[in-house]
Amino acid sequence: MASSHIYSAFDEELKFLARRISEMGGLAEQMVSESVQALVTSNTALAQKVISDDATLDAAEREVGDKAVIIIARRQPVAADLREIMGSIRIAADLERVGDLGKNTAKRVIAVQAQGVPRKLARGLEHLSELALMQLKEVLDVYTTRSAEKAKSIRERDEEIDAMYTSIFRELLTYMMEDPRNITPCTHLLFCAKNIERIGDHATNIAETIYYMATGAQPEGDRPKDDTANTVTASVTE
Amino acid sequence: MNMMAETTTEPKQGQTMSDPAIKMMGKNVTVHYGTKQALFDVNLPIRQNTVTALIGPSGCGKSTFLRCLNRMNDTIDNCRVGGEITLDGQDIYDPSIDVVELRARVGMVFQKPNPFPKSIYENVAYGPRIHGLARNKAELDQIVETSLMKAGLWNEVKDRLNEAGTGLSGGQQQRLCIARAVAVSPEVILMDEPCSALDPIATAKVEELIHELRLNFTIVIVTHSMQQAARVSQRTAMFHLGNLVEENDTDKIFTNPDESRTQDYIMGRFG
Repeated sequence: MASSHIYSAFDEELKFLARRISEMGGLAEQMVSESVQALVTSNTALAQKVISDDATLDAAEREVGDKAVIIIARRQPVAADLREIMGSIRIAADLERVGDLGKNTAKRVIAVQAQGVPRKLARGLEHLSELALMQLKEVLDVYTTRSAEKAKSIRERDEEIDAMYTSIFRELLTYMMEDPRNITPCTHLLFCAKNIERIGDHATNIAETIYYMATGAQPEGDRPKDDTANTVTASVTE
Repeated sequence: MNMMAETTTEPKQGQTMSDPAIKMMGKNVTVHYGTKQALFDVNLPIRQNTVTALIGPSGCGKSTFLRCLNRMNDTIDNCRVGGEITLDGQDIYDPSIDVVELRARVGMVFQKPNPFPKSIYENVAYGPRIHGLARNKAELDQIVETSLMKAGLWNEVKDRLNEAGTGLSGGQQQRLCIARAVAVSPEVILMDEPCSALDPIATAKVEELIHELRLNFTIVIVTHSMQQAARVSQRTAMFHLGNLVEENDTDKIFTNPDESRTQDYIMGRFG
């Protein structure tokens, strides 16, 4: 935002949206990180905190939406201003979904805690969430700079998370085949892994929105994908 | 950059609409008022059956350019117009051009409604009568009726055609002026801030009318209201300090203009 508007109140309104989005990003990050921590340490109290934090994130998303509607009605924004506001609505929706995914992981802590999470698997999930959180954190940094170049490079890195997810998927299948008693916790863990993988997708959505806000164009080409979990099958070997 | 090129040509139904024939063309148009230069080498096509909006801050040259299109600047003593302006490929500043006939082909509607101090009927009938467009009273009646219909005013005035035009409301007077412009069957209609003296309802009616008139006429409108340009035009030209900054599809100008000066102006920022 090189120069300011003749209406200074308009600048304040746009700053308000940006500030709210950054706050939402911080809270969403924290929820995801704590949900995975609660999962691998079987910490139900922490899981409960994540679940109750979600209401705050939901309220913030509604606030961004309401404020954006008022700005559109009162200012009739165009060009970069309009893209800024439309982008804020979309990013708030993505962050709200990230919070929901963290909450869903937290809810599964209770179901999984009876048997605990095998150490090796826990490490895999932690690594997956580190990748997703790093991507989320970077995309939120890019949001503050509005760099189209950086947004584009983040979008091209979702591949790593997808590959990691596929590997966890295979691992979980192996555990389930080893012992049917693993099926319940492993199914929950599978959803947890999927939740974390989805966070990467939302970070990518946000990167695309930032690119659009900065340039007015949609990023070219397909997203790189290495998510082959949908073709993985359990091969029973005697 | 590829993506950007795509967005410009995007409106698919526009493919036929987006490339209509060029009705008027300004080539390297310059205007001097005495020693002061008001326009610098403006190259601007005016497309047929298209509403072209000219926007820009006060003193940017948009009204000056508009007035060049039917030689209204001829009436200003120390005004000199350079470059070339064509109508259907013919230079309108050529000495062989009859200015009265030119202004019948390129009509004008002004900022303030200016009906003649005559009846509603006479306001509309005046042009066709002096240009000899009607052979008898019945034909003239017909022209008056269709013109008032095209201007969306017929139903409001059909029972009081002999009352004074000046007795109408501001919005009705402006539509009467549009009917008067339409009555001589012009090809191009120039509008210089036609709604700036009207309330929002009358403005909406005139804008709706502009939208309909586009089917039969080529329209060039100067407006200070960015929202109006966004609502009524298909093409928008941005002027600043006597230069044409940018001309493009209105959709493109109002979502992602190429020039930062355009962006700053339409977003209401300090330049």
